[in-house]
Amino acid sequence: MSDILNDETKKVLTAPLVNDNPITLQVLGICSALAVTSQMSTSLIMALALTLVTAFSSAAISAIRNHIPSSIRIIVQMTIIASLVIVVDQLLKAFAYDVSKQLSVFVGLIITNCIVMGRAEGYAMKNPPLESFMDGIGNGLGYSLILIIVAFFRETLGSGKLLGIEVFKLTKDGGWYDPNGLMLLPPSAFFIIGLIIWSVRQWKPNQVEKVEFKIMSIAHGEGGHH
Amino acid sequence: MEAYISLFVKAVFIENLALSFFLGMCTFIAVSKKISTAMGLGVAVMVVQAITVPANNLVYHALLKEDALSWMGITGVDLSFLALLSCIGMIAALVQILEMILDKFFPALYHALGVFLPLITVNCAILGGSLFMIERDYNFGESVTYGVGSGLGWALAITVMAGVREKLKYSDIPAGLQGLGITFITAGLMSLGFMAFSGIQL
Repeated sequence: MSDILNDETKKVLTAPLVNDNPITLQVLGICSALAVTSQMSTSLIMALALTLVTAFSSAAISAIRNHIPSSIRIIVQMTIIASLVIVVDQLLKAFAYDVSKQLSVFVGLIITNCIVMGRAEGYAMKNPPLESFMDGIGNGLGYSLILIIVAFFRETLGSGKLLGIEVFKLTKDGGWYDPNGLMLLPPSAFFIIGLIIWSVRQWKPNQVEKVEFKIMSIAHGEGGHH
Repeated sequence: MEAYISLFVKAVFIENLALSFFLGMCTFIAVSKKISTAMGLGVAVMVVQAITVPANNLVYHALLKEDALSWMGITGVDLSFLALLSCIGMIAALVQILEMILDKFFPALYHALGVFLPLITVNCAILGGSLFMIERDYNFGESVTYGVGSGLGWALAITVMAGVREKLKYSDIPAGLQGLGITFITAGLMSLGFMAFSGIQL
């Protein structure tokens, strides 16, 4: 085990969690992060599916990276990714039909999820299979982390449940918690991700984006008059 | 006819691809800094969507659906699991062809849209549109309406977003929210606005 978990592997596995998170920093793969998070169970399945697809597609692409002509590499990558997604889709339909109905088109949309393509293009084309596999897992986990946090807030606050188990007793069942319906609607996902980004950047100030336009204070006379 | 109008309105406003299904978010966030570029991309998405959804509809109904191959004398074959692969292949091929046609016959339009076309292949809104079309079992007429409508809805959303972001440059935003953070909050508020359409029925 020790030779597998060397420094490079550890780095590619843990960096995407906070420091180089695919969603909050690289702005990749947001579509599905927002759409499937109104429930914890769908988010977990989606996270698992994406992690597996990213890991295996990175490994596969990396294994044949020296044989892919660069002019058609996007098509080759896409074919590999699409085939893996079909496998995942069929497995879900066979063993978790309800969840696959709820996820509807979003499993298929893993194909165009920028994380998968981004890692294939950005990492797997230049690195050996094992590292690429680990990089895929790492980025998948970074994505999963955000998905799970968003789903946690949306499901508990929106319906008082977590994974279908009651956490807060709802007023309509004689409890005390009045569910916040907004949390189940699309806008809340945007707000929660926005707030997550804010907190991460407060914690790691080096991720803060540069201000495009500086607002000058007139009171101090710093060029307020032109 | 009424059904088509209702489907069109639904695709543009109520089930807006960007704001209620979160499709094409990556480009939606990345390319919405200036109104002119956002509009260019919006038009490109609309054109591609209007072509690919009906095209995928034809392929699906003629080749992939259960028993679709019966016109060739082959029965009992269900290739619908290949839909994902065929959709994305179709989109990639059509975008490539569109790029070449524009380059040859409409150079001005090609220069305006050119940079965005390759981006569109990996835009989830395009693939999402085709997959929704398959899932909801639209016929050809409906798929044309849905393609145009959903493309228009996406274009509308990104243009409005760019308009808001252009004004946002002048506001004093907390350091951590700068850029991506505030963009998400804005998108959330816009999505809240679009939810007001959800009661409309024709």
